[in-house]
Amino acid sequence: MTIIVNGTAKSDPAADVAGLLTQLGLDPARVAVEYNRNILARERFAATTLADGDELEIVQFVGGG
Amino acid sequence: MRIFLNEEPREAAAGTTLFALRDEVRPGADLLIVNGFPAAVDVQLAEDDRIVMIRRGEIPSADELEALMAARHTPGVHARLKRGTVGIAGCGGLGSAVAVALARIGVGRLILADFDVVEPSNLNRQQFFVDQIGLPKVDALKANLVRINPYVKVAAFYGRLERDNIPQVFALVDVLIEAFDGAEQKAMLVETFRAACPERPLIAASGLAGHAASNTIVTRRAGRNFYLVGDGTTAAAPGQGLMAPRVGIAAHHQANAVLRLLLGEEPE
Repeated sequence: MTIIVNGTAKSDPAADVAGLLTQLGLDPARVAVEYNRNILARERFAATTLADGDELEIVQFVGGG
Repeated sequence: MRIFLNEEPREAAAGTTLFALRDEVRPGADLLIVNGFPAAVDVQLAEDDRIVMIRRGEIPSADELEALMAARHTPGVHARLKRGTVGIAGCGGLGSAVAVALARIGVGRLILADFDVVEPSNLNRQQFFVDQIGLPKVDALKANLVRINPYVKVAAFYGRLERDNIPQVFALVDVLIEAFDGAEQKAMLVETFRAACPERPLIAASGLAGHAASNTIVTRRAGRNFYLVGDGTTAAAPGQGLMAPRVGIAAHHQANAVLRLLLGEEPE
């Protein structure tokens, strides 16, 4: 299975969005995820199963303002 | 002959002098500027001279200030900015500087939201004054914006922004600025506003602490109606404090993205 993360192809991702974030070393509390062009609520990270061709835009925030 | 008085064209008889014009149109004016230079003595006016007459200490009327701003920005640009409503979520280093920039260029309506009060350590980068320590940031900022441009409409929400009030507080905005401090708060606001208002642009910031090179801070499109400013990585941490120059660079990237969106241009 191959998905697109921030415009780059990624092979053999985890089964769901929560697993993908762990795989990428990202803190789920500090990211905003767009899943197939819709914003994905963080409560649904674990329940959102990844499928071939899915496109994700993941932004990780750092503190400071 | 045609001259411009406080940016408005008007006819003046040939041979009219500066002082004669002043006595006719604004007898109380005590500062007369001809083509950009203060005039100490009377001079003969010429075709297309640009004259500004001011009475020191007097606040220009809304119409006058508008004419001056419209001339500076060109009238079409000014009218579009004046129609704009911009929300600013967080009035710290980013939000206060964005608000000042947008008030100066005459964006019509600003909605400020913040739960915090001004602390001494804020003064290294935030647009407050030492005599405002202890005031709610939204009140202090509103007072400062009114001193810059009394004709910008400013609404203040003093409280915490949460998932359930973000859509209401910013219901009327054309563009929203994310200007929080904490990473988790930034993520929460971005998720909430983009889910509730996917058609309205949001400009967030991430990675602007310390004193790394200026040009590492960029504006990029990070999704539909979503723009991200910053270097993406430099978090506030010991040895990488938040400081006026870089926070200001990021804030002005955000303000310029608003300006471009209100003018129908892509921010990136």
